[in-house]
Amino acid sequence: MTQEVKFYQTGTFTVGNRLLDEGQRTVQASVARSNALTSGHRACQGCGEALGARFAVDAAMRATQGQLIAANATGCLEVFSTPYPETSWQLPWLHSLFGNAAAVGSGIAAALKVKAIKAGKAQSEVRVIAQGGDGGTTDIGFGCLSGMFERNDDVLYICYDNEGYMNTGVQRSSATPPGARTATTVPLGPNPGEEFGRGKNVPLIAVAHGIPYVATATVADLHDLEAKVEKAMSLRGARYLQIFVPCPLGWGAASCDTIRLARLARETGLFPVFEAEHGEIASVTKIRHPAKVEEYLRLQKRFAHLFGAHGRPDIIARIQGIADKNIKRFGLIAEEVAP
Amino acid sequence: MIDQMEGSLAVARAVALCRPEVICAYPISPQTHIVEGLGALVKGGTLAPCEFLNVESEFAAMSVAIGSSAAGARTYTATASQGLLFMVEAVYNAAGLGLPIVMTVANRAIGAPINIWNDHSDSMSQRDCGWIQLFAESNQEALDLHIQAFRLAEEMSMPVMVCMDGFILTHAYEQVDMPTQGEVDTFLPPYEPRQVLDLAEPVSIGAMVGPEAFMEVRYLAHAKQLMALERIPEIAAEFAETFGRQAGGLVRGYRTEDAETIVVALGSVVGTLEETVDALRADGVSVGLLSIRSYRPFPLAAVRVALAGAKRVVVLEKAFSVGIGGVVSGDVRMALSGIQVQGYTVVAGLGGRAIMQVSLTRMLKEAVADKLGPLTFLDLDHEIVNRQIAREAATRRSGPVAENLLRDVGTVAAMVSPRGAA
Repeated sequence: MTQEVKFYQTGTFTVGNRLLDEGQRTVQASVARSNALTSGHRACQGCGEALGARFAVDAAMRATQGQLIAANATGCLEVFSTPYPETSWQLPWLHSLFGNAAAVGSGIAAALKVKAIKAGKAQSEVRVIAQGGDGGTTDIGFGCLSGMFERNDDVLYICYDNEGYMNTGVQRSSATPPGARTATTVPLGPNPGEEFGRGKNVPLIAVAHGIPYVATATVADLHDLEAKVEKAMSLRGARYLQIFVPCPLGWGAASCDTIRLARLARETGLFPVFEAEHGEIASVTKIRHPAKVEEYLRLQKRFAHLFGAHGRPDIIARIQGIADKNIKRFGLIAEEVAP
Repeated sequence: MIDQMEGSLAVARAVALCRPEVICAYPISPQTHIVEGLGALVKGGTLAPCEFLNVESEFAAMSVAIGSSAAGARTYTATASQGLLFMVEAVYNAAGLGLPIVMTVANRAIGAPINIWNDHSDSMSQRDCGWIQLFAESNQEALDLHIQAFRLAEEMSMPVMVCMDGFILTHAYEQVDMPTQGEVDTFLPPYEPRQVLDLAEPVSIGAMVGPEAFMEVRYLAHAKQLMALERIPEIAAEFAETFGRQAGGLVRGYRTEDAETIVVALGSVVGTLEETVDALRADGVSVGLLSIRSYRPFPLAAVRVALAGAKRVVVLEKAFSVGIGGVVSGDVRMALSGIQVQGYTVVAGLGGRAIMQVSLTRMLKEAVADKLGPLTFLDLDHEIVNRQIAREAATRRSGPVAENLLRDVGTVAAMVSPRGAA
């Protein structure tokens, strides 16, 4: 690594970590961590994407002994990390376009494979990740993503899902949840915010491709996120990880609530956390402290039109319905065992 | 070795001799036989090690090429027509990033109306994208230009498009002289990238550049193409030394000395024009021909030298800019800046319409008599155009234009009319 990790970079819970056993501490708390995305970048305070990217890429760096190359879609992550001549990336990194990160990743992987064969190796020790936001993944980059999955190219694609086009000023994407206000789904009319019945579940679409590994994670559970990245990097072929990363700016939430919102998204059932291998769901993270969606929605101005004197309890109930359906579909709440 | 084969196969074999490490393929007529040929060479183990990726679109093809080229692999792809348009964002990106990808464009018309046959609308639409564009006159030259293209692209860190006429060249069986692997290896050294995704020296490629340096970055791309203007003839000369035949270069003149009228063209139509020029010369008409082989960078000086002595210049184009006329004509006029020359633009062969020697002869005779209009569409059927204009004046809902014209031509009428069936 070209930059030393500074103490203030070692995570919010550094001090708390020291109270834990060695084995329970996050690797991120150590100054010995790989530090792929270093300090000084221009992400907003409380940016879930910056946190998710740092943990995901660092975990991938550790899993590959630093032999990692990244392709990056256009978006917040690209913009805040690299205005030339500055760059926060401490690994070889390529930004091409908004909609082609998965294909660029495929190209890098193909080149590495040929280089490995020429060096007398069966496969490349240098590995590839491609990453982008939800717009670059579920919308404009979807064709390239599906192509990379279908060919089973040796790429881990990481989608940082903040449920909208934040870089361009908070517009609606196919990952924007129903009821949410964005600049293109204004809270007006009989159906304020994003319409119900739209949107795309890309983790399940990835599962349907039958690729070796698909997982979802949130920045509320960074150990789980790291473990999933490690698992993904232990496998070959196409892999997909969607990380739920709250956006304080786009969601109208307090910067200090990023982790809380990510935890509530999981605990309400709105964002199911699971793993799938070769087209089958392999594990789900059970909800430990069930929460109602209202608690999650109230913390975000993008849902403010659902509350107050002119609130829409009916819409809140429909959103609760989505969470309940997820809980049932993925078995997110452990069955009560009779004493 | 002299052999008889399809143009596409000749190109596939020549590309294979260049030892590409990654090839990405998405099928579009008339490019298909090239990537099929390469796919077979990879699958059969003749071309190894090489990764052949069947991708899901041309946009993905160019994106995969960007990734593999940035990772230091010699990279090739091929496309045409709608496919070239579908990948445009990545085409500009590859040039902006300075990645030496080589791509064949099997020139084909652009719809609507959909049309699979040859003209130059596709590559002409990309003349400003920052790629070098070389045009092949024959299958032998297409083959030879690909070998030169890898050398040029990698030296300049700039992508190169080799344009060859769809069907007319890609699907034509001609005699070609296929070089040996040893000859190609002598001419084309292994790829040494200027920038590469390397663990030992991690760089960020493709980050944002603001107003403080964007102009300079873009200007450098232009300056590098001007440098390529010098390297293209040098590489062609080195090629001639190694392979014993001429190919490439900036322009090629044919009987231009003392010619009063010179016709300028690109691609396979040059062959027909040579014969037309010969016939006219035999009749005592003072005509010559200039073939533009490097369209981007455009050889302003070479074109000026070749045309400076002529009284009139006819630019024959297989594409046109709707609303003004010629595309190449504008560049030729720029080359002749300050020189008093009678200039004519002739648009010909759109959508695969055959360019006949008899039409060329008639057109050139009119030009020599200064009876040609400034912008002429060769063999245009004015009657059916006028009928459609009249139809549109008479009826608001005049229907699909293309269908109306074809009914007037009679093709559809003949197929559907009871008389035709009888």
